[in-house]
Amino acid sequence: MTNQIINDLTIQAATVNGSGSQTANLILTRAIFHMGIPVAPKNVFPSNIEGLPTWYQLRVTTQGHMARRDQVDILIAFNPATWHQDLRTVRPGGVVVHEEVFSTAEARTDVTYYPVPFSKLAKSKIQNDTLRKQLANMIYVGVVAGLLGIPWEALEHAVTRQFLSKPKAVPLNLDAIKVGFDYWQDNFSKKDPYRLEPMTGVVDQKVLVEGNQAAALGALMGGVTVAAWYPITPSSSLCENLIAYAERFRTDPETGEKRIAVVQAEDELAAVGMAIGAGWAGARAMTSTSGPGISLMAEFAGLGYYAEVPVVIFDIQRIGPSTGLPTRTSQADVGFAYTLSHGDTKHLVLLPGTVEECYEFARDAFDYADRFQTPVFVLSDLDLGMNLWMTPEFKYPDKPFDRGKVLSKADLERLAGEWARYRDVDGDGVPYRTLPGTDHPAAGYFTRGSGHDEHARYTESAESYAANMDRLSRKFETARTALPAPVIDESAGSKIGLIAFGSTHAAVLESRSALAAAKLPVDYLRIRALPLSAQVVEFVSRHERVYVIEQNRDGQVYDLIRLALPPALVDRLRSIRHYDGQPIPADAITEPLLESEAIPV
Amino acid sequence: MSATINRIGLPRDAYKGAATTLCAGCGHNSITNHMIKALYELGVEPHRLAKMSGIGCSSKTPAYFVESAHGFNGVHGRMPALTTGAQLANRQLIMLGVSGDGDTASIGLGQFMHMIRRNIDCTYIIEDNGTYGLTKGQFSATADLGSVQKKGAVNTFQPIDPCAVALTLGCTFVARSFSGDGKQVVPLIKAAIAHRGTAVLDIISPCVTFNDHDGSTKSYSWIKDHEESIADVSFIPFFEEVHVDYEPGTVRDVELHDGSHILLKKLGEDHDPTDRRAAMRVIEEGRSAGHLVTGLLYLDPASVDFATTERIPESPLVDLSEDELRLTKDEFAQFMSEFA
Repeated sequence: MTNQIINDLTIQAATVNGSGSQTANLILTRAIFHMGIPVAPKNVFPSNIEGLPTWYQLRVTTQGHMARRDQVDILIAFNPATWHQDLRTVRPGGVVVHEEVFSTAEARTDVTYYPVPFSKLAKSKIQNDTLRKQLANMIYVGVVAGLLGIPWEALEHAVTRQFLSKPKAVPLNLDAIKVGFDYWQDNFSKKDPYRLEPMTGVVDQKVLVEGNQAAALGALMGGVTVAAWYPITPSSSLCENLIAYAERFRTDPETGEKRIAVVQAEDELAAVGMAIGAGWAGARAMTSTSGPGISLMAEFAGLGYYAEVPVVIFDIQRIGPSTGLPTRTSQADVGFAYTLSHGDTKHLVLLPGTVEECYEFARDAFDYADRFQTPVFVLSDLDLGMNLWMTPEFKYPDKPFDRGKVLSKADLERLAGEWARYRDVDGDGVPYRTLPGTDHPAAGYFTRGSGHDEHARYTESAESYAANMDRLSRKFETARTALPAPVIDESAGSKIGLIAFGSTHAAVLESRSALAAAKLPVDYLRIRALPLSAQVVEFVSRHERVYVIEQNRDGQVYDLIRLALPPALVDRLRSIRHYDGQPIPADAITEPLLESEAIPV
Repeated sequence: MSATINRIGLPRDAYKGAATTLCAGCGHNSITNHMIKALYELGVEPHRLAKMSGIGCSSKTPAYFVESAHGFNGVHGRMPALTTGAQLANRQLIMLGVSGDGDTASIGLGQFMHMIRRNIDCTYIIEDNGTYGLTKGQFSATADLGSVQKKGAVNTFQPIDPCAVALTLGCTFVARSFSGDGKQVVPLIKAAIAHRGTAVLDIISPCVTFNDHDGSTKSYSWIKDHEESIADVSFIPFFEEVHVDYEPGTVRDVELHDGSHILLKKLGEDHDPTDRRAAMRVIEEGRSAGHLVTGLLYLDPASVDFATTERIPESPLVDLSEDELRLTKDEFAQFMSEFA
């Protein structure tokens, strides 16, 4: 066969949700990953329990690109309802593996078809009546394995890994995969150019992790002891993973006692309230939510800011406004979360761009919250949070917790009880606090969301109010330089720069390669926290044009950067926005950029 | 017990707070004094006390007692959430929440109900005056049907009875009292603190400025005329011996989790405070008869609080060290390898 395409393809499985297809897709993903080939899966699923269309896009590249790509090379058509629509998405020259009974009356002639009688095979070859529907999905795993040359050993590994806790399911699933594998061998000869070949070196020491798993592990390593949450897509799996990990690592095997409290609250108001109550009492406390929950948390976020209570708030962003599209991704909560609540409120926001950073920022967020005695938002998104990402193994923390400025009984004795809760002793705007339960007569103070003086006493004094607000601003400035600095790559030496944050990172990396190939190498700054580092302005000043890329309609971070720039630099800034709910592909950056720079595509 | 210091060696003044800024004659000030007396007599260690509140006149009161204790005046109607979090973080804290009828029965009704449902170990006092005082006299959700506002408006809505709501949700300690009845309020507060679980105390506390006129069913005079106590309450803390002379059959003795005793001396019809259906009946009959029934309505001495159910250790979670919270290096490496 000529013009083989090896290890560079995108498989799209079009199935019905609630049918067990996700397990089949994961097994396919793990099998290919086990061959040493980089994988980037994206799950496009409906806000529904069972019966609606769902797509799983598995991208395979030798370079390890992790962004979504619009182009489908191999379609697995399993869903009659979307068959015609799915067929249109396949690139010319692509492959269509489809249920034999689907009508090919309007079929395209520029693709290769492999019709498989999935239903018949399931009925005749799968003996297990109760699991037939689920196992039927495994048949397409077998067919694709035959089609692309996935070795049986890789399938065995993937199935064993998938059913770590249910070893009985392993032979059942392998048998079903074998049905498809055999059907391929017995009925087809290869007519298309796509093949997978084992690779070495590229995925060594790498693992597949979802951002919400990473964040849950990070929270655990960050020492979270109280977590309160209300179920909401796409954040639920963060706390569900936390519960599962805590069951394993935070439960005394003898007494059954837990070194963590996780509460499913009655709503997001209560969830963040519980976390703030716990943070006030000295726990490392968190909540996790998505857009509508963030809206409800506005009231307590202001209390946390003004009363200066540490708490970590995860926002796994989805598309809004309002209910929006609960199962589609977005970066449109950034502007809102940054100033969440009425009055002059502003927050520290961490913006992880990889699953490794989901782990690290989740862990370190508790340090920042304690150190700056304020809510810390960790803004992930559905793409990062709910998809599997290839990542280097996470690093074990190399430093102890930073509990911030907490006065113990001994400290109070040394100070002879002379202290004030909201006094700026060190000039950094960060005051000292005591924890309830500290056995010293001077320890207690009255925390309030109403106006207060240095001693936390109620006051309506204009001077006290303004002085306190100014101190809070000082504290914010201290935090600005302490939060994760931008990651800057100016190796291109270009007059053009890109700025991005969060999950957009993957598409930017790929786009930079494409731009370099198109003779437009670009520099790159990735923002990792708000408030913005001074390095952002400096980066803009070093470039003639800077494109801010983000996944929201209004260019929220573009606006924040404009506000930070001196007037002379504002015109240098451009905005590229992607907001259709699907993770941003590299083309959505490359194409507008080439057009804007008037470079022929 | 010494006349000047309590069992932990503190004088009564140690339980005082800042001067009140509420109106002279406000029922809430009486309740503050009852709390000071109860906390002093119980010998509560101030550093273990956490005074929690929401927003409103009532929610200001934690500033007026035990100044050296930690307090948290949070946001309107959300005190239960703050209390829940703080309690889980440190089970050694004695959570004492003070709320009002607006805070509890309107904006905070959801959190009030879910706190009860979980049985968070706390005392929840409602300083209930049927009116929004700070915003100048609007009806609250506990105002009785037909009660008249100061400017003449008549309440056309059914009241929410916090005690009935609490009972319906399986609250493990439900009592009602009157701010002017210190003889009843003080032992009830002590019992509520000794109780392990959510203890709801609905204390009718007249608003002298906006709701103390003729036609109001939360005025001093109305309550004095209509209060009907179901039993005389006395509280014997765990550190004192029970020795009371009484006629057999006239006094019920309920022992609490910590070894304290509540003694209930029959006044009229016998009420068994451990009978939830009887408590509902007493409330309903009082309501039909136009009485304000006060006293200990219901108590479950076998109550198991939320943190216990959730297997949270008695020692504070906040004291756990890195070694107790982080995975070990081996566990971490093993865990990472499972993602491969």
